[in-house]
This record gives sequence, structure tokens and C-alpha cells, in this order.
Amino acid sequence: MNYRLGIDVGGTNTDAVIIDDRFNLISKIKTPTTKDVTTGIYNAIKGVLDQCGIDKKDIRFAMLGTTHCTNAIVERKKLCKVGVLRMGKPATEAIQPMVDWPSGLSGAVNGGFEITYGGYEFDGRELTRLDEEELRGIFRRFKGKIDSLAICAVFASIRSDCEYKAMEIAKQELGDLPVSLSSEIGSLGLIERENATILNAALMKVAETVTEGFIAGLKKEGVENANVYLCQNDGTVMSAEYTKRYPILTVACGPTNSIRGASFLSKKREAIVLDVGGTTSDIGVITKGFPRESSLAVDIGGARTNFRMPDLVSIGFGGGTIIREKDGEIQVGPDSVGYLLTEKAYVFGGDTLTATDIAVRLDMADIGDKSKVAFLDMGYARRVMDKIMQIVTQGIDKMKLSKDEVNLILVGGGSVLIQDRIEGISEVIRPENYDVANALGSAIAQVSGELDRIFTLDGKTREAVIEEAKNMAIGEAKKAGADPDTIEIVELEDIPLAYHPGNATRIKVKAAGELLPIQ
Amino acid sequence: MIKLGEEAIENIAIGAALLGTGGGGDPHLGKLMALQAVRKYGPVTMLDPLEIDDDMLVVPSAMMGAPSVLVEKIPNGNEFKRCFNAISRYLGKTVGATMPIEAGGINSMIPLAVAAQMGLPIIDADGMGRAFPELQMVTYHLDGITASPMVVTDEKGNMEVLETISNKWAEDLARVATITMGGSVIVNIYPMTGKQVKTSAISNILSYSEKIGAIIKKSMQTGCNPIDELLDLTKGYLLFKGKINDVLRETRAGFNFGKAVMQGVEEYKGAAFELEFQNENLIGRKDGAVMASVPDLICCVDLESSIPITTEALKYGRRVAVLGLPCDRKWRTPKGIETVGPRYFRYDIDYVPIEDRMKGVVTK
Repeated sequence: MNYRLGIDVGGTNTDAVIIDDRFNLISKIKTPTTKDVTTGIYNAIKGVLDQCGIDKKDIRFAMLGTTHCTNAIVERKKLCKVGVLRMGKPATEAIQPMVDWPSGLSGAVNGGFEITYGGYEFDGRELTRLDEEELRGIFRRFKGKIDSLAICAVFASIRSDCEYKAMEIAKQELGDLPVSLSSEIGSLGLIERENATILNAALMKVAETVTEGFIAGLKKEGVENANVYLCQNDGTVMSAEYTKRYPILTVACGPTNSIRGASFLSKKREAIVLDVGGTTSDIGVITKGFPRESSLAVDIGGARTNFRMPDLVSIGFGGGTIIREKDGEIQVGPDSVGYLLTEKAYVFGGDTLTATDIAVRLDMADIGDKSKVAFLDMGYARRVMDKIMQIVTQGIDKMKLSKDEVNLILVGGGSVLIQDRIEGISEVIRPENYDVANALGSAIAQVSGELDRIFTLDGKTREAVIEEAKNMAIGEAKKAGADPDTIEIVELEDIPLAYHPGNATRIKVKAAGELLPIQ
Repeated sequence: MIKLGEEAIENIAIGAALLGTGGGGDPHLGKLMALQAVRKYGPVTMLDPLEIDDDMLVVPSAMMGAPSVLVEKIPNGNEFKRCFNAISRYLGKTVGATMPIEAGGINSMIPLAVAAQMGLPIIDADGMGRAFPELQMVTYHLDGITASPMVVTDEKGNMEVLETISNKWAEDLARVATITMGGSVIVNIYPMTGKQVKTSAISNILSYSEKIGAIIKKSMQTGCNPIDELLDLTKGYLLFKGKINDVLRETRAGFNFGKAVMQGVEEYKGAAFELEFQNENLIGRKDGAVMASVPDLICCVDLESSIPITTEALKYGRRVAVLGLPCDRKWRTPKGIETVGPRYFRYDIDYVPIEDRMKGVVTK
């Protein structure tokens, strides 16, 4: 029998599971997240292995969803000094790179920026001709001052040749210095895409530490035969090598893992997922088995970015949410006792009224000492619950696309606090093992192959070209280790380009499949 | 005379989002341009129209083209200088000040960047008092001021000076140039004298926008609801509070029509509201009765945060407050209503000022 190890690092807990090759849950553990994150990961690996006693050599896949990258950006620690090359002169000079960043973040990351020739018009025409000599001069000025390079050209999401050309020249001038290209990271919107690319470049050292640390941790526990993967924020995993190039793609993989885990546990491919934690709850949407992507700009550490992120609504409600009454009105949170629930809540002998106390009083949950909340008036408890459900219902409503009823999957430690009847929801599903949905989401993750390229139609039909692109994406997915029998196209977009020489169209495809079992 | 620094620009950007009445383009990039210019060149001097000489040459500046192009191909910044030099040469007169043509959306911000960079004052006035989609939809047009001579320039240095027989021709020719120049250009348009500014522009709109922005920003920091204060300032009305239940978008005879259907919440529970929009919000109906129509301003703000919402962001489940603000009285003349009234936007409704529509309607 072969096994998979899945780990997910959350704000409060680091969870780990082991599943077999038929995806049956063999072992699960919740351990506290540590300040350095890595120790918590080691503890979880050791804990989950110790408790099930399988042969460690039979673990063939190990996947990790971690908050290292998000933390590094938010805390501004261990970030690389990035040289920023923007291509599009004379356009774009009215807004310089990083102009709207918080000074702490730009101070930690900014290794200098240059705006040079290159880039494209909206229809793929050249904006200005790339100047190789000028580029070499810029790279020579950067030399020795930066750890990493970010390249972003105007309309690179339409056409990206000049970014690759610049990278080639950078390799000649700067050697092995890591290079991040905007066309591989973000979408339309120069400033937002540039920001995402700079952040990716800034995470190069962190990515190295995380992947090497994970591999070392596994070795230490005797897991030596496993292929190692890191979770991305779209529900698929990437190899350690790939992670070192695109670390930004790991940001927000936690909520994604919960959503994927919830879908797996409930066997629903279309639903809304509510993950109730101690302080806040996340609401996401699963469509075709993958999390719906956000279409809005997303703030990371104060920088506005537009790379793909799961569409999420966070509401200020969780198990530790404090309940108050002010001028006869019930107030639910938004503050929480957080991880101090087991000291502060009434049911644990504390003196703070929390959402958990209300649920226990209403017999919805069996947590702590029930007699300690017997003094609460039932009518009052019901009114508080009505208010809680109103907040939850509004949050769910924000994620729905129409008034049609949908299924709701409840996961997370605080999900016992949620009532079964919710307006606009056809069925509330409470899957077994809901408490480790996130680690399961990590363990079951698929691999994907992506393609985003401009195709010239000359003589060929549009359908034939799309087919060709699909096959290339499927090929990429196979290369990443997907089982050919399970590969599906999960995303397809084609954008015709007027004025582009030779009747062209830009095609974006993503194919995903199960990791090929290793014999 | 007032100096506008970074804080004022932040506030005007928020105010411009409200005055955009759902359209006008996201002021964010314009704000970044203005902030960078102010940091580099210092605060902008804003003059009240009453402070300027009758014979001063005032040249409004704006961006024209597709917002989807602007988000990629941001201007160079030198376009402004080239434009002003060209118009100055053409008219044989030095430019005394610039001014926005629209107070809503991104074009409220461009002239601030221009003013900072050129060291020119900005006039506290505009030609709309809100946002509108077409070039002739300005109060200047109502008084016969012409859009041309108009200068169109791109970031590469190409420039075109247009002298046209009507404002419609100016629009059509400028659109062609815009596409060829790469989809987004900087323009100088409706050059006029100080005297014309006093009679034909909408005065004190930037300071009005700044006040709106300051109220909303304060509420973001304190958590207090700003709606009452906004209504006091704007002499506006709360039209509805509701949840969006449906958003319909369709093309009729080549024009885009949108409609958001809302179901009432809080004190509006049980009532329904329909918001018709194209680029901007145009008609608001409560339980079938028209509450407000263009050119009066219909603005949606997020019910919790009171942040203004654009028409693209109208979607199922969003909770909004709908505000109705009276437009400038210049729009309430027969020519004004002909230019921007409901019938121009192909709705079979007479324009009735919001104050008259709200007479007898119990609010709040």
C-alpha cells in the first residue's frame, strides 16, 4: 500500500493527515502552530506518523500548505532585495514602481527600479523597440545590489516575448540570479501585476528555506521515498523546484485547501463552503471541484495585486466571538477571545460570554461544562443565535451568484455553532472529519499544467488551434506528474487579438489530474 | 486660494468615486499619478472661479479612451506639457490654469497631476458636477463653448490638433486618433476664458468632492455611518437600502442597458427598487415609481462601509444604500435636459427634479 501525507498550516493549528492511495483517511492530528511555523510542521509530521504506525517508506507523496510566504510579506522578514525592470518607456512613467506600497514593505524589498523600452499596445503591436545595450547597462548597474530580479512589460498578459528576451540578457549579465516574469504571474493591470511579480521575486529566499526545510523534516522522520510538493492557491500542488520559482502562488493556499477538502469529504463539486474558525470564518465557492477565483484586486501586505486568488469572504465570527449587549441591542463581536477560549468562555469557567457558550446553552454543541451556562435566559440565547445566523446568511449571500438555492458544506472546528436551516441554502452538509478538511485538501491535491500563449491561425481553424493548446496543457500536466487517465481541462479562455500580425488569438488553458501513483 | 496636498487628493478621489454615479472609471490610477506629481513638484494651488481674471486662458485636461488600456499603458507624464505648449502656440496665448471636465471618476484626478507638474493652478470647477460618457455632455456645451481647438497626444510624442465644426465631430475624430495611438490618450479640450468659466462651469465642485471624501474617510476610520452627514452636505435623499437580488445586462439596438433589482432591508423591508444603468446609474424606481433620474445623481454605496460602488461591482447579494443627489441647476434648463435627460439615454421618462419627486415621499 502507498500513502500520502498532507499538511496544512493555519493561524491556530497545524494539521496533518495520512491517506492511502484510495484516499481513505488513515491518521489525523491537530498540533498548535508555532511562531516559527517550521517547528509546528515537524511536530505534525512526527505526531501523525507516530500515531498510525505505517511503514514510512510507503509514503510516496508529501504535500505542504504553508503560511511562510504570507507571513514573510506581512512581517517584512527574510525578503530579497529586488531589482525592478519595467518595459514600456516612454509610457507609464507617470506612476513609478512601488509608489503606493507601505514604506516598510518597499524599504525591505526595493533594490532599485528602472523603466526602459519594450512592451506592447493593447492589440499586440510593439510599443517601443527593446534596446539591448540599454538593458545590459541597467543589469550592470543592478549587479551586486540585488538578490532577485522582477521584469514587467506593458501588456505582457497579451504578448510576452520581450520579457523573455530581457530575461535572456539578464542571465548573460547577472548569471544565476533568480528572475520573475510578470506574464507568468499576473493578469491585466500593469501596477497590480508588477506588484505581484516584485513580491514573487522578494520571496525567493523564503521559498528556498521552506522547501529545503520540508524535505529535511521528512528525512528526519524517515520519510525518504516521497515526492515533495507545495500547495498552490488554486487547489493544485507544485514541485519543490517549481515552488522556488513561483513562491507567490502559495499565498492563501490554506482557505483553498479547506474548500477542496470540504468538496472531497462531501463529494460535492458545486457548493458553498463555510469554514468556521475561532476568530473568523471564511466563505468560499467550489465549482467543478476547484475554488472559484477572485476577479478583484487583492491586497497582500498593503500592495495591490491581481494574480489569481481564491474568491473568499471573511466574516468576523467564530467560536470565540464575544457577545455583548449595548443599549438593549445584541452585539456579536467582531472581537474574539481567540485561542484563550478554553480559559475565558463561561463553559470553561471563565467570565466572557462567547458564541460557544450560546451554542452550548441551546444544546447545539457539547463543549465544556453545560451547567455553567444554565443561568442564561433561553429567549436571550435564541436572539443571539438569530443575530449570528443573520451575519452568516449575509456572508453566504455575498458569495452566491443568484437567488437559486445551493448546498452549503460546513467545516472547521467552529462549525457546530451553525444552525441547519439557512435562507437560500438547499442543504447543509456536515461531513465526517470536518476538523481536518484543510489537511485533507492538501493531501488530495492534484497537479496541473498551464499554457498561456499567442497562436497564429494562418490556415488553421480556431477549433484546431484550441485543440492544439489543450493538448499542450495536457502534456504539461503529464510532465508535472499527472495520471494521463485523470487529466481534465479545468479552465479555458481565448482572446482574439486584432491588429496582431497574422490573425492571432491568445489562449489560456489549464489541465489538472491526479498525481500518478508510483509503483 | 487653497493648497491641495496628498490628503486632499486622497479625499477628492473618494468623492470622485461617489460623484461618478457608478461610472467614470476607477479614480485609483489617476490618484497615484496625482500623488506622485504632488510628491515631486509640491502641492497644487486651487483657485475659486471668482478669484481669476476674465481674460485668463483656462484649458481643461482629461484622459480619453478605454479604461482597460489605461490600466496597462499608463501615461508618461510629459503628455501634459506637450499638450499645453501646443494649445498655447495655436491660440497665441499663455495657459493660466487647468480644470477638470468631469468631477466623477478618473478624470477628476488627471488635472491635479497636470497642475502639479506644470506648476499651474487648478480651477475649483468642472463641466459636469458628476460623470457622463460623452464629450458634449458638459455645461460648457450648453453655453455654446466649443470643444475645439482640441489637442490629442500619446505617450510616444504624437500629437493632433483638431479644429472641428461641431463638438460631435471633435468626439468622432478624437476617437479615431485614440485607437491609432494605442487606445488611451491625454487631451486638452474646451479651452475658454476666465469669464466663461465663471458663467458656464460648475463652481466649487472639487472642494465639494473633497468634503464628500473627507466624510466617507472619517467614517471608515471611526466606523460611524456617514450617510446623514453626506445627505446634509449634498441636500440629497436616501432613496433605498437593499440587497441586490438580480442584475440584468442586455444590448438593445447596439446600446448596453443594465438593471439591478433590489429587495429592501432594514426600514425598507418589503419594498423593491430597480436601478437602471448604462455607464452610469440613470433611473431609480421604488415599487414602480420613479424616485430619481439623470441628470440628478444616483449613487450606490456599500451598506456597511459606505464606499461608493461602480456599476461593474453591482452583483447578487451585495447590500447597498442608494442616494439621490440633486444635479447642478445648469442641467435643469431645456437644453440641459435635452443633452443629458432620460430621453437622451433612451428612457421614456420626463425629467422631474429630485426635490419635486421626493415631495410627499416619507424618507428615513
